[in-house]
Amino acid sequence: MDGATAARKPRRRTAHRLVPYAFLAPAIVMFTLFLLAPIGYTGYLSLRKVKVEGLGLGRGSRREIFAGLENYRQTLADTELWRGALRVLGYGAILTPVMLGLALLFALLLDSRRTGFRRFSRISIFLPFAVPVVIASLLWGFLYLPSVSPGQHLLRSAGLPEMDLLGPDLIVFALANIGVWGGVGFNMIVIYTALRAIPRELYESARIDGCSEFQIAVRIKIPLVVPAMIMTTVFSVIATLQVFSEPVTLRPMTNSLSSTWSPLMKIYQDAFARNDIFTAAATSIVVAAVTLVLSFGFLRAVQRRAFAGESQ
Amino acid sequence: MRSRWCRQLAAVAALVVGASLAGCGSDEPSPQATAGGKVELTFWTWVPKIEKVVDKWNAANPNIHVTVSTQAQGDDLITKVLTAHKGGSGVPDLIQAEYQALPTLVSNDVLADIKGDVEASKGKFAEGLWQQVTLGTDAVYAVPQDAGPMMLYYRTDLFQQLGLTVPKTWDEFAATARTVRQKDPKRYLTTFSATDPGWFAGLAQQAGASWWSIEGDTWKVSVNDSATKKVAEYWGGLVAAGSVDDQPMYTPEWNKALNDGALIAWPSAVWAPGVLQGNAASTKGKWAMAPLPQWSSGENKTGNWGGSSTAVTEKSKNKKAAAQFALWLNTDAAATTQLIQDGGLYPAAREAQAGPALAQPPAFFAEQNDFYPQAKSIADTAAGFTWGPNVNVAYTAYKDLFGKAITQKSSFTAALDQMQQTTVDDMRKNGFKVG
Repeated sequence: MDGATAARKPRRRTAHRLVPYAFLAPAIVMFTLFLLAPIGYTGYLSLRKVKVEGLGLGRGSRREIFAGLENYRQTLADTELWRGALRVLGYGAILTPVMLGLALLFALLLDSRRTGFRRFSRISIFLPFAVPVVIASLLWGFLYLPSVSPGQHLLRSAGLPEMDLLGPDLIVFALANIGVWGGVGFNMIVIYTALRAIPRELYESARIDGCSEFQIAVRIKIPLVVPAMIMTTVFSVIATLQVFSEPVTLRPMTNSLSSTWSPLMKIYQDAFARNDIFTAAATSIVVAAVTLVLSFGFLRAVQRRAFAGESQ
Repeated sequence: MRSRWCRQLAAVAALVVGASLAGCGSDEPSPQATAGGKVELTFWTWVPKIEKVVDKWNAANPNIHVTVSTQAQGDDLITKVLTAHKGGSGVPDLIQAEYQALPTLVSNDVLADIKGDVEASKGKFAEGLWQQVTLGTDAVYAVPQDAGPMMLYYRTDLFQQLGLTVPKTWDEFAATARTVRQKDPKRYLTTFSATDPGWFAGLAQQAGASWWSIEGDTWKVSVNDSATKKVAEYWGGLVAAGSVDDQPMYTPEWNKALNDGALIAWPSAVWAPGVLQGNAASTKGKWAMAPLPQWSSGENKTGNWGGSSTAVTEKSKNKKAAAQFALWLNTDAAATTQLIQDGGLYPAAREAQAGPALAQPPAFFAEQNDFYPQAKSIADTAAGFTWGPNVNVAYTAYKDLFGKAITQKSSFTAALDQMQQTTVDDMRKNGFKVG
């Protein structure tokens, strides 16, 4: 080995080491600019507040001052926020099992050998996912309102009493229904993809052993798609905690939804109706933290099942 | 689900970034006087086709050029202005602001006091409207643009069919509501909407309410004063007895009810013909307008539902020129005529209310020849009102609390007391001096 190559080698290694960072740079810059920086700024805002003096109408009677953890104390002591969280939990308890149950059922049906019109069914179940949430909520709103709803019309003509779907008792089901309608398709595709990845030989040997299609579904397919189910559950839980568009869109149509029905609505209300971005920032951070804890907690609890496939 | 979650995250991130960046990067020409004494002004507004009016001004005033930037409506525009103001740049010289948003803007130092430039024109506007742009102080923060004096709209055909007479007092109105239910259980006289706080505020103004007032350096808040209590108790009684409907306004359901005659009257404002035309097109020519029912017979009062003003911002470098334009826009005969014809506004200026543009009744009320003369005499009776610095909070509280009172069949006056509490608590929390 001569001196020249010995000197060149480490230099090339440094260059080699830098290459991946060069490729990562755009992503890192975007991530910092549009995610980390806003989060940091939110954190900063959450520690400040506005102090008004007297009437608040004169020049300079409104100052921004450091508030310490006061905004957080208020957020945590805010009963309306926690009541909103409870309402959202109730909503999630209806939405998540129904949506994922249907998604699993449809995925299994699509994967079964006897199902016809497979491509057509797959697309038609998936299609609602492509409808923006606000539009979906408006569409459903029309279907819920008694005098414009065809469903209510049918009930009336059958001599049955109308269902007040936007009333205080049923509103949570009405909201969950919109979520189910929009979400089943996406989750079904995720589970279906996982089903397609299962080696076909497994089914063959099961059939030779005398398994029925139903038994194959329950004993082979479902256990093997558990990781996919866990992933969809995590995403559903996160989406549930952040429910916003559906209640906001339905709110003008009914007396049963308050402006602080869900925690995100409360944040929006604080920031844009009360013009208090500081409390809104603190509440945002609390909601983000709770979401993080819940989703990581869930992932930890089911870790072994979720990542069994990866570690093998 | 995933993409929705991402979208929401992106939206939240965008909100936060937006708050910090909105001030930067803007294609508005920055307001400044250029060489030769020519002044450039920018104007944020949402009045349809207002460019036509502004073109007239620009043609007549080569030294003061106004550029219109059509913007989001109502509260969204206010949010945008507040953000730009905090960001420190990109603040327009002139903005359109609804009367109830003025105190919020003033409290954030956004608006300039233009008293010196416009005070002389005070007499051109109804007293009640002028009070709304002074906030009950010595300053003048805007020039009134349009007004929404309230009146009663009713279906002439159905009133005749059911043998009803137009109620002159609220007592008669309640009796009429009960009669409608007896004669035709499918119909209601009207509905009480928990989603329209501006409507309720207008009704309260008629009864003599004064939700905010200023004494020295202290705010007085009395959302639950005796006048408003009277209004709340009245409507609460009608709703509880099932004499009026309790569905919100401005929903597909409400449109249908107006169209098929399930609702046969609507206490609304002067701009109602436009709404009826858009939402209940099939009822053209079947409506008529009368003064709002009164609290005691022989009285002659109304309130305002909506309306906005033109204000000059504190950050404007050419406040004088801007105030001059604001005054011209809302008092000049040619300008107001165009605002009425193209913008669909009911002008705040008295002269314009009697102008040639309002000689004909609205197309939807072709039968009622004296529509605008009558509207003018009603507009003159509008009560004054001082808005507070947190109208948004009171309005949201109204929606939440009255909505809850309806679904839980609980007391409207209790809801009103809570509305007062929420409003005062919010002001105290921010450090306003509340007496």
